[in-house]
Amino acid sequence: MIEFFSTFSPAFILIAAGVFAAFFPLHHGRKILMIGAPALALAATASIFFDSQSGSEFIGGVYNVAGLELTTLRIDHMSFLWALIFCIAGVLNGIYALHEKCKITDSSALIYTGAGLGAVFAGDLITLFIFWELLALSSVFIVWRGGEKAYPAGMRYLGMHILSGVLLLAGAVIYGRSTGNYDFNNIGIDAPGGKLMLAAMGIKAGFPLLHNWIQDAYPKSSVTGTVILSVFTTKLAIYALARGFAGTELLIYVGAIMTVFPVFFAVLENDLRKVLSYSLNNQLGFMVCGIGIGSTLALNGVAAHVVVDILFKGLLFMSMGAVLHRVGTAKASELGGLFRTMPLTTLFCLVGAGSISAFPMMGGFVSKSMIIAAVFEEHHYIVFAMLLFASAGVLEHSGIKVPYFAFFAHDSGKRPQEAPWNMLVAMGCAAFLCLFFAFPWGGVQILYNLLPSEVAGEAAFHPYTPDHVIFQMQLLMGAMLAFNLLKKRGLYPPERRAQILDFDWTYRKLGLGLLSWGNQIWTRLGAQITHMAKRFFGAAERRFYYLFSPASALSQDAPSGLAAILTAVMLAAILFAVYLL
Amino acid sequence: MELLSYFPEWVLTHGPALLVVLPLLVAVITALLPSEKIAWLATILTAAMSIFLSVGALQYVLSVGPINYAMGGWEPPLGIGYHIDGLNAPVLLLISAVAFLCTLYALPSVVAEVEPKKRAPFYAAFLVSLAGLLGIVATGDAFNVFVFLEVSSISTYVLVGMGASRDRRALASAYNYLIMGSIGATFFVIGIGFLYMQTGTLNMLDMAQILQQNGAESRVTKLGFAFVVIGLGLKLAMFPLHTWLPGAYAYAPSFFTAFLAATATKAALYLLLRFVFTVFDVDWGYVAGSLTYLIAVLAVIGMLAASLQAIFQKDIRRVLAYSSVAQVGYMLLGIGMATTLGLTGGYLHLINHAMIKGALFLAVGAFWYRFGITQVADMRGLGKTMPWTTAGFTIAGLSLIGVPGTVGFVSKLTLVRAAAENEWWWAVAMIALTSILAIIYLGRLIECAYFHAPPKYGAVPAKRNEAPLMMLIPLWVLAISAIVFGINAEWTTSLAEAAVRVLDAGPNTMPLIKGGH
Repeated sequence: MIEFFSTFSPAFILIAAGVFAAFFPLHHGRKILMIGAPALALAATASIFFDSQSGSEFIGGVYNVAGLELTTLRIDHMSFLWALIFCIAGVLNGIYALHEKCKITDSSALIYTGAGLGAVFAGDLITLFIFWELLALSSVFIVWRGGEKAYPAGMRYLGMHILSGVLLLAGAVIYGRSTGNYDFNNIGIDAPGGKLMLAAMGIKAGFPLLHNWIQDAYPKSSVTGTVILSVFTTKLAIYALARGFAGTELLIYVGAIMTVFPVFFAVLENDLRKVLSYSLNNQLGFMVCGIGIGSTLALNGVAAHVVVDILFKGLLFMSMGAVLHRVGTAKASELGGLFRTMPLTTLFCLVGAGSISAFPMMGGFVSKSMIIAAVFEEHHYIVFAMLLFASAGVLEHSGIKVPYFAFFAHDSGKRPQEAPWNMLVAMGCAAFLCLFFAFPWGGVQILYNLLPSEVAGEAAFHPYTPDHVIFQMQLLMGAMLAFNLLKKRGLYPPERRAQILDFDWTYRKLGLGLLSWGNQIWTRLGAQITHMAKRFFGAAERRFYYLFSPASALSQDAPSGLAAILTAVMLAAILFAVYLL
Repeated sequence: MELLSYFPEWVLTHGPALLVVLPLLVAVITALLPSEKIAWLATILTAAMSIFLSVGALQYVLSVGPINYAMGGWEPPLGIGYHIDGLNAPVLLLISAVAFLCTLYALPSVVAEVEPKKRAPFYAAFLVSLAGLLGIVATGDAFNVFVFLEVSSISTYVLVGMGASRDRRALASAYNYLIMGSIGATFFVIGIGFLYMQTGTLNMLDMAQILQQNGAESRVTKLGFAFVVIGLGLKLAMFPLHTWLPGAYAYAPSFFTAFLAATATKAALYLLLRFVFTVFDVDWGYVAGSLTYLIAVLAVIGMLAASLQAIFQKDIRRVLAYSSVAQVGYMLLGIGMATTLGLTGGYLHLINHAMIKGALFLAVGAFWYRFGITQVADMRGLGKTMPWTTAGFTIAGLSLIGVPGTVGFVSKLTLVRAAAENEWWWAVAMIALTSILAIIYLGRLIECAYFHAPPKYGAVPAKRNEAPLMMLIPLWVLAISAIVFGINAEWTTSLAEAAVRVLDAGPNTMPLIKGGH
């Protein structure tokens, strides 16, 4: 059996299931596929990994296409960890979406999961590119499930990701051409084509200024769609960065900025799913920062953080999805007091919130502290301070704001039903795993054993030391105090429908003022540029039309006389060339 | 190879001659047959036989070596010699296979498009055209090439003109094609004349050997080169000599358009390869110069201009026709690079494009057959009304764009790698750009088919009305092969590499061995 599975990438199981699901008329059968295919892929991956000498690299599924060797199955510690969590997330997503009758979501979710898995297993840049594009193409259908508003967002999303793919391919070709191999290992920013590939991965990872697609597309998708989307694309980018660009100093600062700037937006935002999208960006910042540090501890921290982040971020999106499913909105201003009728959802959401805020005994604590410790060890004190600020910010917007405004706050008078059982099961599993991986007596050790680099003895990282715990509690308490104070004084931005950027003058007046000014200028400049672009493209299109349309000079059925003269001219040209050369 | 042992002796010894003579003879008989059904049967049997013979020839070439066949026992250079090697054997198979698939498709399609009286002669003309194309590719005699060029062209003019019962514009297109085609053939024969003047022989191997000894720099040879290249350029629709092509493709009977698009330009391209690389020599300055500065440059301009034209066309077949001109550009670009990888890419694209365009035109023919659709705007809702045909069309369309996992990707990737190897970054950019243009012009069709509601007759939306099985089978054979050879391109790549080995070896320098086979 293992021999059979080790000949091809388990990603193909999922992709085949997805293609099959697209044509399969029975709802229940598709659901079996949704849960069964990721589980089977997980089993296949695990059996190959544990069968091959663990620690060494397993290579399989090598195809020779047009003289290029494509490696579709490379399993080592790193890709195994990612594949593991992707498959688990695939199963959880399947359970969460059990109630939904939609061929498109089912099939594209499977293909999307498969593409993520395939990219993780890619051993060369061309294979990576192929799955990279498949990831974009399959996921855009999930975005489009969000309805009318999601369509333009999906187009923008697709545009960004196709651009990312093109950059990756261009970088890969330049890299392969000058180094003579297309292997996907450490690339480095100074390698030929390295910058292009970094930019490609940066788009997918949501680097500052390249991040807008996340907040644009994710909140607009359907209840289940957002949950599915939140897992794969960005975490794959983290994987690619960790493989290709570990230790690139630039990433430390990029990551630090990524952790800080979404905090402001998230605090002000009213749509809770959009808040979570900003906090997604912020968590990615921690990972990018860790990749930039590049030490063993940092990379282990990144890997651990990916695992728990997929779990708790999925959990939070699931709980907000459940709210959206039952109430019909996820806007802070229209929610409140839901804990009365949705107690379990509230509980799970609180676990997710605690995990993302890194409370001791909860998911984020055991992973985030590794990254922060690694930053401290390398003496990046400013970055360290930024990460601390961001950690406090996370607590503010994801840890407190999301559950507080949705389930508590002032009573909205809404009394929705508890979430459907399948959603509760999925959330329960995710919540359990969040707690399990942080459990000091057994759980956390399992997580650490799975990490890419094995560290034993003195150098091993211990999260549950008194000073870690006390330090973290101080940070969290301080942040909670700040929230309470602000809330009591009425200074905390209230939940409002409109998205206004400059209403809170106490809160980073300068930064927000700049933002608002920038926004206004941008709006005007944008309008101006749009106008000019419209005129330019309009004119260009007219020209092209006159030149190439059926009615144009070029496309009319040329009289044979004219064509004959053209032939003579061509002959003259070639004779000229032949005699002169 | 053990596969060879399944072929009887006579296939291997007389295959090359039979390949050409059989369709010619059957054509004569077919023309006299009273019943179209029998005519069809004769045609399809002939096509099946051609496949059998060309597979035999291909296997022989791959495992034993080139075949030299002396027609009627008259040894070349006195008699006409047929020469089959790695370069032309795959093209023979390609033509036979496409002919077979198109004939399958012809049974329903011809009934709908050609007047009853003309059907048997129609098949006869098709067989003549097939014989001509096979002859062009199989023969090793330069004048014989011209003869077969005319045989295939004249029957093609007739067949294009037969589209008149569907659309009268076919007559004008056929006339236009006749004029342009004749100019091309004339140029070609003038070129051959010059070469004959220089070398005193018409056998290509002999010619190459004599040119190698003396005459490379002679003005007569140069003149001959110019005439041959332009003559073939017309035949293979090199931009800007492509003006005959859109009309001919748009108005010919559906099944013949598919056959024409998949084979006719390919045979001419083969001839260009054969002459430029094995009769002339790329080591001669002016040949290399023309390839780089003329063929490659025109190829790129053609790719761009024809793709843009395709975007604005309203007639589906014209969209595809302009796209063919653009795709010929890809092949010429590969040839223009004149490197091993570039030629491999060009040759691969030649094979792959035949599958893709064949499938696309077959699907469009089926659209016409069921709903009379010729315009892009009329494709609304075809995803619902003809799901299988549209799915086949979409697969081929994606392949033309170059989506990974399809044949289009394989050949475009090879071309990109070849351009990168030459450091022709502008060519890489152009391949990328024209692929995006292809997304636009094909995306437009596919979007219309899938995302628009079917038209309504009164208040009732058009019902599902799938194409007959006889049309679906050839379409899907091509579509599936576009995926199979896209995922596992080893076989097609090995064919292309065998062909390029012939080209890399360059012209024959040995005196022609008499009495050899």
